[in-house]
Amino acid sequence: MDKVQNNKAWFLVLPVLVLVAFSAVIPLMTVVNYSVQDTFGNNVFFWEGLGWFEQVLTDSRVHGALGRQLAFSGIILAIQIPLGIAIAVCMPKKGFWASVCLVLMALPLLIPWNVVGTIWQIMGRGDIGLVGYSLSALGIDWNYARDPLHAWITVIVMDVWHWTSLVALLAYAGLQSIPQAYYQAAKIDQASRWSVFRYIELPKMQGVLLIAILLRFMDSFMIYTEPFVVTGGGPGSATSFLSIDLVKMALGQFDLGPAAAFSLMYFLVILLVSWVFYTVMTNLDKAEGR
Amino acid sequence: MVATTETFTATARRSAFPKVRARHVVMVAYLLFMLIPIYWLTKMSLQTNQEILGGFTLWPQNPTLDNYRVILTDPSWYMGYVNSITYVVMNTVLSLAVALPAAYAFSRYRFLGDKHLFFWLLTNRMAPPAVFALPFFQLYSSVGLFDTHIAVALAHTLFNVPLAVWILEGFMRGVPKEIDETAYIDGYSFPRFFIKIFMPLIASGIGVAAFFCFMFSWVELLLSRTLTAVNAQPIASIMTRTVSASGLDWGVLCAAGVLTIVPGALVIYFVRNYIAKGFALGRV
Repeated sequence: MDKVQNNKAWFLVLPVLVLVAFSAVIPLMTVVNYSVQDTFGNNVFFWEGLGWFEQVLTDSRVHGALGRQLAFSGIILAIQIPLGIAIAVCMPKKGFWASVCLVLMALPLLIPWNVVGTIWQIMGRGDIGLVGYSLSALGIDWNYARDPLHAWITVIVMDVWHWTSLVALLAYAGLQSIPQAYYQAAKIDQASRWSVFRYIELPKMQGVLLIAILLRFMDSFMIYTEPFVVTGGGPGSATSFLSIDLVKMALGQFDLGPAAAFSLMYFLVILLVSWVFYTVMTNLDKAEGR
Repeated sequence: MVATTETFTATARRSAFPKVRARHVVMVAYLLFMLIPIYWLTKMSLQTNQEILGGFTLWPQNPTLDNYRVILTDPSWYMGYVNSITYVVMNTVLSLAVALPAAYAFSRYRFLGDKHLFFWLLTNRMAPPAVFALPFFQLYSSVGLFDTHIAVALAHTLFNVPLAVWILEGFMRGVPKEIDETAYIDGYSFPRFFIKIFMPLIASGIGVAAFFCFMFSWVELLLSRTLTAVNAQPIASIMTRTVSASGLDWGVLCAAGVLTIVPGALVIYFVRNYIAKGFALGRV
C-alpha cells in the first residue's frame, strides 16, 4: 500500500512515545548514569569513567556466564529448529485434527514461566517426579540439584518443551502458505518426499524460519524465570545465565556500577540482533509485496 | 499416459501407508511430551501432600479438591490472582489505548523518522527485563509507586506496547485505504471515523492484540516480582516465595499452577490460528 507523507501523523504516535519514554528511556538513562559513576552511599556519586566497563570485560564470572549463555542458546537452537520443522511437516494440514494439534501444542506457550519452572522442578525430582523417578528406577542417580550435567539436561528439556511449539507453529504457518500447485507439479515430476521438502517446503519456509531462529535466540538469550525457579542458577553457578547473573549482581549485591556497565553491554548485543531481525522482517515484507 | 498415471497412483498407494503412520507416530509422541508434564501437575494438585510424599503413583488414589479450597479461601493465595488480574487488565487497556492510534499512523502515513521509531519500539520488545529490573525498582520507588498495580502495569508496557503496535499495524494494513477516504468524503471526523467505522473492521485484530498483551503480562515474573512486596504481589511471585520459605505443600503449589494455566487454556481455541502471528509480532 502506498502511504501518504504526512508529518501530522506524529500526533497519533505521541502517546506511545510518551509512555515508552517513561518506561524505557528514563530507566535506561539511569543505567548509563550508574555505569560511569561510583558511590560510597548516601546518594553521593563521583565520576568513575570507563572503569566499570573494564572491570566487567575482564571479570571471569561474567565470561563464565556469557559462555554458558552462548552454549545454552546454541544447544536450544540446534534442537528446537530441526524438531520444530519436523513437527510442522508431520502436522495434519486441515480439519478437526489440525485444530486439536494447534491447541494442544500451543498450551505450553501460554503457561506462566514460573509455572513452567515449577512443572519441571517437580518432574525431575527423584521422589515425586515422573522423569526423576523413572530414571532412578532405571538405576541412574538422577539429581539436578547436585549434578551440573543433570541440571543442564533438565533446563534444556524444559526449554524444548516450552518453546519448540513456537518454531513448529511458525513453520506450519509457512507451510500453509505454499500453493497446492507446487505439490501437484512435484507429483507430476514424481519427486520423492525428501526432494519435495528440500526444494519446495524448505525454501518457502525460509522467511518464517529466520524469524523463528531470531525469536528463539533472543528469548533464550534473556532467559531468567525458568532456570531461576528450577535450579536457582546452581549447582554452584552451573546454570547461571546472563540474566540470572545480572539480577544477582544488581538486586542481590546492589553492585550498581558493574551491574549497570554489564546491562549496557548486554543491551548492545540485543540491539545488534534486533537490527538483524528488523532488516529481515522489512525485506520479507518487501518480498511479499506489502 | 494412462500407464504413467497408474504407476504413479500405485507408488503413491504403496508409499503412502507407512508414511502416514510415521507422521502419526511423531505427532502423537510430541503431543504426549507436551501433555504429560501438564497432566502430572494436575494429578498432584488433586492429591494431599501426604499422598504425594507417601509413595509414587501414576494417578491420584483419593482425588480431592482440598488444595483448590485452600487457595480459594486463603486471602494470601487468592489475592495473588486478584493482583495479577488487576495489573494485567490495566496494562492491556493502557497498551491498546496508546497503540491503536500509533498503529494507524504507521499503517497509513509516512512521516519523519517513522522507520527509526518502529525499530526503536522493536528493541523494547526484545530488551531483557533483567536490564530494567534495577532502574525500574528505583524509578518507581522514587515516585512512590512501588508495590502498586499501576507500577507493574506501566513496567509491562515496555514490551506490550511495541507488541500491540506491531500486531495492530499488521491487521490495519489489510484494510483498504479507500474506506478511510470514503468516510472523510462522507463528512466523518477522524475520531468518529476511527471509533464508528475503523475499529469494528479490525475487531479481530484488537482481540488478538488484547489476548497477547494479556498473555505476556500474565506470564512475566521478574519485573512484577521486583516491583511488588505485599499489596500488589502477583500469584507468580507468591508461588516462588512459597518454594523458598516454609515446608513445601506440593499439592497446593500444583493447584496454584493449574489455576494460572486456566485463563490461557480458556481462550486458546479462539486464537489458535493467530498464535504464530502474535509471537512473530504480526509478521507471519
